Amino acid sequence: MDDFFTTSVLVATAAAAIRLATPYLLAALGETIGQRSGVLNLGVDGVMLLSAFFAYWTVLSTGNLWLAVLVALLVGLIMGVIYAVITVFFEATQGISGIGIFIFGLGFSDLMFRQQVGTPKPVPRLPSINIPFLADLPYVGEPLFQRSLMTYLAFGLVPLTVVLLNKTTFGLNVRAVGENPQAADSLGVSVERTRFAAIMIGNAFAGLAGAALVLQLGIFQPNLTQGMGFIAVALVYFGAWRPWGVMGGALLYGVVNATVLQWKALGIIPVSISDLAGMAPAILTIGALILLARRVHAPAALTKPFSRH
Amino acid sequence: MIDKLLGALVPLTAAAVAFALGAIMLVALGANPFEGLQALFDGAFGSGDRLAATAVRATPLILVGAGITIAFRTSVINIGGESQIIAGALLSTIAALSFPGLTPYLLVPLVLLAGFIGGGIAGAIPGALKAYASVNEILSTIMLNLIMVQFMNYLLRGPLIDPYELEAGTRIPQTERLSDNASLPTLIDGTRLHLGVPIAVAAAVAAYFLLWRTPVGFRLRAVGHSPKAARAAGINVKGNITLALGLSGALAGLAGAILVFGSQGQRMVTDGSAAGFTGNAGFNGIVAALFGGLHPLWTVPSAFLFGALLTGATQLQRVLQVPASLAVALNGIIVIFVISSSRVRVRLKKLLENSSLLNKPDQEETTEAT
Repeated sequence: MDDFFTTSVLVATAAAAIRLATPYLLAALGETIGQRSGVLNLGVDGVMLLSAFFAYWTVLSTGNLWLAVLVALLVGLIMGVIYAVITVFFEATQGISGIGIFIFGLGFSDLMFRQQVGTPKPVPRLPSINIPFLADLPYVGEPLFQRSLMTYLAFGLVPLTVVLLNKTTFGLNVRAVGENPQAADSLGVSVERTRFAAIMIGNAFAGLAGAALVLQLGIFQPNLTQGMGFIAVALVYFGAWRPWGVMGGALLYGVVNATVLQWKALGIIPVSISDLAGMAPAILTIGALILLARRVHAPAALTKPFSRH
Repeated sequence: MIDKLLGALVPLTAAAVAFALGAIMLVALGANPFEGLQALFDGAFGSGDRLAATAVRATPLILVGAGITIAFRTSVINIGGESQIIAGALLSTIAALSFPGLTPYLLVPLVLLAGFIGGGIAGAIPGALKAYASVNEILSTIMLNLIMVQFMNYLLRGPLIDPYELEAGTRIPQTERLSDNASLPTLIDGTRLHLGVPIAVAAAVAAYFLLWRTPVGFRLRAVGHSPKAARAAGINVKGNITLALGLSGALAGLAGAILVFGSQGQRMVTDGSAAGFTGNAGFNGIVAALFGGLHPLWTVPSAFLFGALLTGATQLQRVLQVPASLAVALNGIIVIFVISSSRVRVRLKKLLENSSLLNKPDQEETTEAT
C-alpha cells in the first residue's frame, strides 16, 4: 500500500483516471442531452463500437488521426438519424430499440473487423498536448494539462452542455419536451424536431466517445467497449441528468478504474482476485443508484413516445 | 381478425426487409447472396445432425425468451439474461462438483434445479431493487451483467479452474470435465439433440399456462397492465415485480445449466467475456421473444428460427468466409425493424378499419371511441 501513496504513483494514477474517464464522459454527456428531451438511448455501446471500429480502420488505412475522429463523428450522426427515426417517427419502445442498436453495433463492428482487418494491429495513439506553463505545474500539471485533445474536448463540452441546456432556446425546448411534451407542443414547439436534434447530438457524442476510446488504446478488438456505453447510461442517472453531476460520475469511474489497475500493477491486489476487483465499478454504480433513486428527479417524459393522436 | 393478420404479417415483412439488408451486406462483402442463403439454409437444416444443432442452439433462446415474456407481461424489462445464464451455470457447476457420484436420476434434476435457482437469484435481485428501492431495472440488470462476467472469470480462473490448466500453465478459464452423471442424455444417437431441448419447450408451455391459466399469472399480468389498479385490487405489486424478474431469471439460469451439461465438453468454459460462454443468448433471447410477439408459445418457433440463423451462419463462415457475426448484426436489424413495426401495425389497422370496405356500421362507434 505504501507503494501506492508516493507522489509519482498518485500523479500517474490521477492522469490515468482522467484519461479513462474521457470516453465515459463524452458518451454520458450525449446521453444526458437525449434523456433531457425524453429519449432513452440504450444503444450507446453499439454506437461506440461502430465508431471505434471505423475510426480504427481509418487510422489503419490512412494514418490520419483527425480524419478518424471525423469518421467516428459521422458514424455517430448516421446512427443518430436511424435511432431518431425509430423512436421519434415510429414511436418504438425505447429500451428495446436501443438494445437492437447495441446488438447491431456489436455484430457489425465484429463482422467488419474480422473481414477487413483480421488480427489486431496497433495504430498510433492520440498525442498528448501540453498546455504551455500549466503543463509544468507540480502535481496537477501531468494529469490535467498533458492530455490529448479528445480529453480537453470532453471536459470542455461539460460547461458548453450546461449553457446549451440552460441558456439557449434549444435547451429550453429540449427540457420542455422532456418534461411535458403535450404542453410544449401546444406552445408551438415541435416535439419531433427537438427530440430528433437532441438524439443527433447525443449520438454524435457517442461517436466521439468511440473515437476517444480506440485512439487512446491504439488497438481495436471485437467488443472493445465491454459495456462502457451501458455504464455511460447509468452515469446519467448517477449525475441526476446534470452535466456537472455526470462529469463527477465519469471522474469517479475513472478514479476507481485507474486505482484498480494501479493496485493490480503494484501487486496490492493479488492476481487471483483481480477479477473480483473488476466488479467494483458496477457494484459502486448499483450502490449509488440505490442511494439516489428516490432523491433525484428524472425527466417526466423519459421513455414515453410522443403522439398527438 | 385484422389484428391477428397484421400481427403476423408486419413482423414477417420486417424480417424479410432485414434479410434483404443482410443480402446487401453479403454483396458488399464480396459474397454471392444466393450462395450465402443456400449455405445458411444448408448449415441450419441440411442434415439431421445440423437440424439437431439448430434445436440445441435454439434451446437457451427459448428459455431466455419465455422468461422475457413473463417479465414484459408484468411491465418489467429484463436485460440481464447474460448475468442470469452465468449465475445458473455457475451454481449448477458447483452442484455437480459437490455431488459427482450421485446417480444421474438425481444429479441431472439437481443441476437443473441449481441452474433455475441461481438464475432466479440473479433475476430477483434487480426485481427487489426495483420494487423496494425504485432502482431502474434496465440499469441494474445491465450492471449485474458486468458484475457476473467478472465473477465468472474469477471463479473459472481461480477456485473452479481445471487443475490440468494449472499444471499445463495454459490457464484457459474453464472447469474440469464435470461428472458424466450430470450429463443431459442424448435423445437421438449420433446427433447432439439432448434432453435440454424438450425441457426448454416444456418450460415455454409452462410459462404460457402460468401467465394465462393460474392466479399467479393473473396477478403478474394485472401488475403489468396497471400497477395502480392492481394495488387497489389488493395485489402485492412489489412482490409480484420481484417474482416476475425472479422467474424470468430462473428460466435464463436453467438455460445456463443446459449450456453446461448439454455441451460436448461437459464443462463451463469462457474466453473471458460473457458471450464467450453464453454466445449472447441473453440478448438473442430478447430478439426471439420480441419476434414471437412476447407470447411464450410463439417464442418456441421464433427461437428455432434464430437458432437456425446462428447455426447457418457458422456454415456461411466455413463456405464463404463471411464472419459468423453477420448473424448478430442481422439480429440487431431484426429487433429494430420489428420494434418499429408495432406502430405501423396500429396505423395500418386504423386505416383498414376506417376504409369503407371493412367498416360495418356497428363497429363505427367503437372505432371512434378508441
